[in-house]
Amino acid sequence: MQSVKAKATPTPSPGFTAPWPHRHILDLDAFSPQDIETVLSLAQSMKQVLQREVKKVPSLRGKTIITCFHEPSTRTRISFETAGKLLSADVINMQATGSSVEKGESLVDTLLTLQATACDVLVLRHPHAGAPYLAARWLHRTSVVNAGDGTHAHPTQALLDIFTLREHLGTLEGRTIVIVGDIAHSRVARSNLWGLVRLGMRVVLCGPPTLLPWDLLNGRKETPGHPFATVEVETDLDKALEGADAVMALRLQKERMQTGLIPSLREYIALWQVNEHRLTRARPGALVLHPGPMNEGVEISPGVAHGASSVIQEQVTNGVAVRMALLYLLCTAQERHP
Amino acid sequence: MRPLLVRGGRVIDPSQALDAPAQVLLVNGRVEALGPDLAPPDGAQVLDATGLVVCPGFVDLHTHLREPGEEEKETIATGALAGVRGGFTTLCAMPNTLPPIDTPALVEAVRRRAEEAGLARVLPIACVSKGRQGKELAELADLARAGAVAFSDDGSPVANAFLMRTALHYSTLTGLPIINHLEEPALARGVAHEGWVASRLGLPGIPPQAEESMAGRDIALCALTGGRLHLAHISTAGTAQMVRWAKERGLPVTAEATPHHLCLTDEWLLGTRGEGSPFAPLSPSAYDTHCKVNPPLRTRFHRDALQRALREGVIDAIATDHAPHTPVDKACTFQEASFGISGLETAFALCYTILVAQEGIPLLRLLEALTVGPARVLGEKGKGLGSLRPGSAGDLVVLDLRKRWTVDPSRFASKGKNTPLAGVTLQGMVVATVVGGRVVYDARSSPTGGRG
Repeated sequence: MQSVKAKATPTPSPGFTAPWPHRHILDLDAFSPQDIETVLSLAQSMKQVLQREVKKVPSLRGKTIITCFHEPSTRTRISFETAGKLLSADVINMQATGSSVEKGESLVDTLLTLQATACDVLVLRHPHAGAPYLAARWLHRTSVVNAGDGTHAHPTQALLDIFTLREHLGTLEGRTIVIVGDIAHSRVARSNLWGLVRLGMRVVLCGPPTLLPWDLLNGRKETPGHPFATVEVETDLDKALEGADAVMALRLQKERMQTGLIPSLREYIALWQVNEHRLTRARPGALVLHPGPMNEGVEISPGVAHGASSVIQEQVTNGVAVRMALLYLLCTAQERHP
Repeated sequence: MRPLLVRGGRVIDPSQALDAPAQVLLVNGRVEALGPDLAPPDGAQVLDATGLVVCPGFVDLHTHLREPGEEEKETIATGALAGVRGGFTTLCAMPNTLPPIDTPALVEAVRRRAEEAGLARVLPIACVSKGRQGKELAELADLARAGAVAFSDDGSPVANAFLMRTALHYSTLTGLPIINHLEEPALARGVAHEGWVASRLGLPGIPPQAEESMAGRDIALCALTGGRLHLAHISTAGTAQMVRWAKERGLPVTAEATPHHLCLTDEWLLGTRGEGSPFAPLSPSAYDTHCKVNPPLRTRFHRDALQRALREGVIDAIATDHAPHTPVDKACTFQEASFGISGLETAFALCYTILVAQEGIPLLRLLEALTVGPARVLGEKGKGLGSLRPGSAGDLVVLDLRKRWTVDPSRFASKGKNTPLAGVTLQGMVVATVVGGRVVYDARSSPTGGRG
C-alpha cells in the first residue's frame, strides 16, 4: 500500500523552477530553444505519469480549463481534456455547434463570457488565422492556448512532434526531416518549421508546387535574419527522402482538388504518397509521423502508416504528455514567479 | 452672405503654381481676388491665417458615405463633417450603398441630403451597372443629367470585359470618367497582400497581379473605345508603370492612390506599425484588423513605386477611399473583418508627415494631388474646384504645417473610428475650412481644440 501511494505523488514537483516567460501559447515563433527544452523535459516527467497504474496527479486541482472548439477535432480536443483531467483540473468542453455561436454571438463576446466564468486557461481552435491572438488581446485574466488557427499555427502539435522525434533520435541538430504534402495550407507544418529550425534540424519540404509555401521561403538565402534560411525545397519525393531520418506526411484535404490546386488524387498518389517502396531511400528505420487525421491510401500507404517505423500512435500519447506540461507551466507560472 | 477675407497666410495654389504671401477675398461664395494688399470690404468677415498655409479646398474622388442603407457606419452629414475637418471641401460619394445609386432619383436624393448637411460639397458617383450587379449597363446619360460626376461599381470591379468595353464606349457621350476598382475576382480570393506577411500570418493572399491584370485590360479597352478611364486606388508598382505607359501614349487615363497605400506597408498587419523586423515573433497585437483594406496594404517595393509615381505626376490624385465601419465590423478575426479605413480626418496629416516631411516630395506637388489634380480628373464637372483663381468656388483650407497631434479616433467626427493610426503622432493640421465662402470648420473656435 505504501508504495502505491508513493507512486501517486505528483511528478512535476513544486521544485520545478525552470523559467517560463509565456502567458499564452500562441505559436512556436516566440519559443527559444530553452523554452522548448523546458517543455520537453517536463513532458518527459508527465509521460511517466501516464505510464503509472494511477494516472492522476493533483497538480492543477482547483484550476479550470475550457476547450473552445470552432472546428471539428478528435485528437486535439480529447488530448487537452485528458491532459487537464490527469492533472486534476476541471475541464469544460465547449463546441461552437450547439452553443450561442449558432445564435450569432461574436467570437469576442464568447471569449469574454468564458473568461467571466473565471477559467484559468482557454484552449481555442478556430478556422480563422489569428483567432488566438484576438483572444489574447481581449482576455486579461485567462491564458490562451492555440489549438490550431486556420492555416496559421498549431504549436502544441509541433511540440508533440518534436518530443516524439527527440525520444527516437536524441539530438535533432543536423538530422533531416522531410515534410511532404499540402504545406501551404498546413498549420502543423508551419509551427513545426519554427520549432525544428530553431533546434537545428535540416528540414526538406516536398509537395506539388501549388501546395508549397513559397512566400514563406522566397529570398530566404539572401535576406539577413530570415528565419527559414536553412529550409530546403525538393518537389521530387524520391530525392527528398534520400538519407532522411524522419518523414512527416500531411493530410491532403479533398477541397484542394476541388479548387484546382492538383489535377487528380491519382496523380498526387503516384508522385507524393509515402509508401514502402519510397521509404527504402530514407535511412533504415527512419521515423514516419503524421499529425492525423490520415487519409490512408492517399498521402500515406496503409503499410507505412501501421508499419514498424510508424510513430503515429506514439504521437497521440506524447500529445497528452506535452499538453500536460504546457497546462502545468501556464497555470503555475505565476506561483513560480510571484 | 458677408464677404470673407483670409489674411496673413502663405497661399499655395498649385493650379497657378503660386506659393507666396497673399490675402484671399471671397465674395458671394466665389474667389473674388487674390493679392498681397487686399483691404477687407465693408462688413467683411476676416479669417486670420498668419503663420499658416492657405490653399484650395481638397477634393476627394473616393469617399464612402454609406447613406442610404448603412447609416450606422456613416451618414452624408457625419461624413461631410469629417470631410471638412480633414480639409476636404468636395467629396465624391461612391454609389455602393443600399440600394446602390443607379437611378436619377437616387442621385438626386444624395445631392439633397448633402445640401441639407451644408458642409462639404458632395458630388454623387453613380453605378456603371444596374444594381451594381456587373451585368447590364446603367443609364449613364440620364444619370449624368441628374448630376452624377462619374461612374463606378466600386467595392466590386467591372469584372466582365465586355461590360467594361461598353461602359467606356458609352461614356464618350458624357465625357465622364468610368472609375474601375481593379480586382480580377479569380485571383483576389484573399484578405491581405500575397507575400511574406500574409503567409507568415496564415492569411489567404491577394497578389498584385489581381490588380495589374485588370489595369492592363482596362487600358487596352480605353485605347479601343477612346472612353475616359480612371483607375481607383492603385496599389502596385506594375499598375503605376502601366498608367505611365498609357499617359505617354496620350490615352485618356488617370489614376488615384490612397494615403494608406502611399504611406503604409503590409508589415503594419503584424501589429508593429511597420517598425522592427518582419521576422520577429508575433505579439497579440498582430492581425490588426484596422489594417485590412482592399486593395491590401502592400510591400515597401510597391509603396516606394507609388511615391515615385506621385512625385512624377503619374498619379493624378490622392483619394482617401474613406471607408467607415462600426467597431463590430473590426472586433473580430482578420478574415471576418470588413475591408476599409476611415481616412478623411487623417489623410492630409499622414501624407504631409510621410510624403513631404519624411520623403521630401514637394509640398506643392502634394497639394496639387489633393486639389487641382482630382478636380481635373472630373473634367467639366470639376471646373472651378481645387483652385483659388478668381471666379473659382470659394473653397479653401488653412493648414498649420508645424502642428503635431496624436490620432485619437474617439474624437473623429466620422462614425467610422476604424484607423490603424490610433495613437500615432502626425505633423500637419487642418486649422480651418471654408466652403462656398463660408467658414464651416475652425479648430481655433471649436471648444475641444478642434479635434472634438
